[in-house]
Amino acid sequence: MARTILPFGPQHPVLPEPLHLKLTIEDETVVEALPTLGYVHRGLEKLCEVRDFNQMIQIVERVCGICSCLHALCYCEGVEQIMGVEVPRRAKYLRTIWGELHRVHSHLLWLGLFADAFGFESLFMQFWRVRERIMDIMEATCGNRVVVSVNVIGGVRRDLTPEQCAWIEQEVAIAEKEIRQLTSTILNDYTVKKRCCGKGVLTKDQAYQLGAVGPMLRGSGWAQDARQTGYAAFGELGFEPIVEFDGDCYARSAVRFRETLQSLDLVRLAIARMPAGETATNVGGAGDDDTPQVIGGKRGDIMQAYNRDKSHRVVAAPPPNLDIPAGAIAAKVKGKPQGEAVTRVEQPRGELMYYLKADGSKHMDRVRIRTPTFANIPPLLAMLPGCELADVPVIVLSIDPCISCTER
Amino acid sequence: MFNMTKNVVANLFAKSSTRLYPFAVRGHFEGFRGTLHINIDECIFCRTCMIKCPSQCIAVDNKAGTWTCEAMSCVYCGVCVDVCPTGCLSMSKEHRPVATEKQTMAYQGVPKKKKKEAAE
Repeated sequence: MARTILPFGPQHPVLPEPLHLKLTIEDETVVEALPTLGYVHRGLEKLCEVRDFNQMIQIVERVCGICSCLHALCYCEGVEQIMGVEVPRRAKYLRTIWGELHRVHSHLLWLGLFADAFGFESLFMQFWRVRERIMDIMEATCGNRVVVSVNVIGGVRRDLTPEQCAWIEQEVAIAEKEIRQLTSTILNDYTVKKRCCGKGVLTKDQAYQLGAVGPMLRGSGWAQDARQTGYAAFGELGFEPIVEFDGDCYARSAVRFRETLQSLDLVRLAIARMPAGETATNVGGAGDDDTPQVIGGKRGDIMQAYNRDKSHRVVAAPPPNLDIPAGAIAAKVKGKPQGEAVTRVEQPRGELMYYLKADGSKHMDRVRIRTPTFANIPPLLAMLPGCELADVPVIVLSIDPCISCTER
Repeated sequence: MFNMTKNVVANLFAKSSTRLYPFAVRGHFEGFRGTLHINIDECIFCRTCMIKCPSQCIAVDNKAGTWTCEAMSCVYCGVCVDVCPTGCLSMSKEHRPVATEKQTMAYQGVPKKKKKEAAE
């Protein structure tokens, strides 16, 4: 039969972000899929050479518009690991709370978009209505709805008052009730099942061999979650990953739906167990003892800095154990990071990995970000051949693609 | 069918699930980072905000005594407010109004005199 090549994306109604798939189809069946990425590359990793390691927190937060808090958390944990900073326990719990709230709002966003992908618009509205409660919590406690900017190296910038904790618990309870009302629609509805069950099957072996992460992996029967490594306060909270075994679109949406409820439970548990105390270890940052750099002044100078030979930029390692200036808060850790670290956190889409290398100057030497969508693209390409053309949007959306993340 | 009827009846008597927008406006919560403000009289032009700003939208000239912020480049992270030694920077919870042109917040203050000059 004659083959046709059909472009899917970069502009497509189901895709919030630009991913291009070159679909080779025979009649209505997909035979081959080839992806093209690179439409939204921003070069954020390279910015580590012109922004100091504290400013990078705000930059890595902008890698992803949905799970900003977890990017900053991963980066901060890496720098803390390099510098040997011990984060106060309360800060760990606060990071957990905000991280889980991010997971809830990301999953609700995805469940809504997924419903929209097969034309169930009222369900989309319902999920987003619940999500708005979570966004309100974020705005009231962090000062922003999405890019929350609460993580700093050594802890968090904001604290939760007892009143706020009580209010969050109350809102979370209402959100949970509202989400539970939608259970029968997203998991038992005839049309939803018709569009999801048995579509885009990723077997257990395939998921492992192709390196799937997150709900993709757990939807195929692997009980693997980066939260099991016990970053932030997860080591103390007792955590069991959610697993489904079918490996199809339905299993993946079920994993995400159940994870939403689990995350709400984790938020409540973290609030209940949150110890009193400090919210941040004071870490002497870059800029305290430095005169402003020429490149710090104007935006146009960034390119100039890019083009400069690196040997000009890297200054000799500063003298260790710099004296604490009089009048400063008793700094426990001072100086600049020097060394390497790899950190992993569980983003809503899967495992996020940061590799950080610092050379003792105020700039990081290398910030390498591996996002979950990047890891989930090979499994996507394995799922597409053999499916109907009409199922392609649902299968593509079932990996929860975050293309801006992937391209950084 | 029974569920459907129950929902229809419930919805007939339930209150509106959306906000009646022009009459009920969603405000912002306390602590929301909406707009950046500076009390220029208290500013000592130490340039800490300029150095720490991740988006590099603040420019401070300590000789001329000027403090400028490119409002369109600001990401409202609040780092400058946290690091300001005199507490002259603050954030209010209202959004900056919509603008059709690029805006720069420019303030002129009195630069601090050096100790030598002050003694004379």
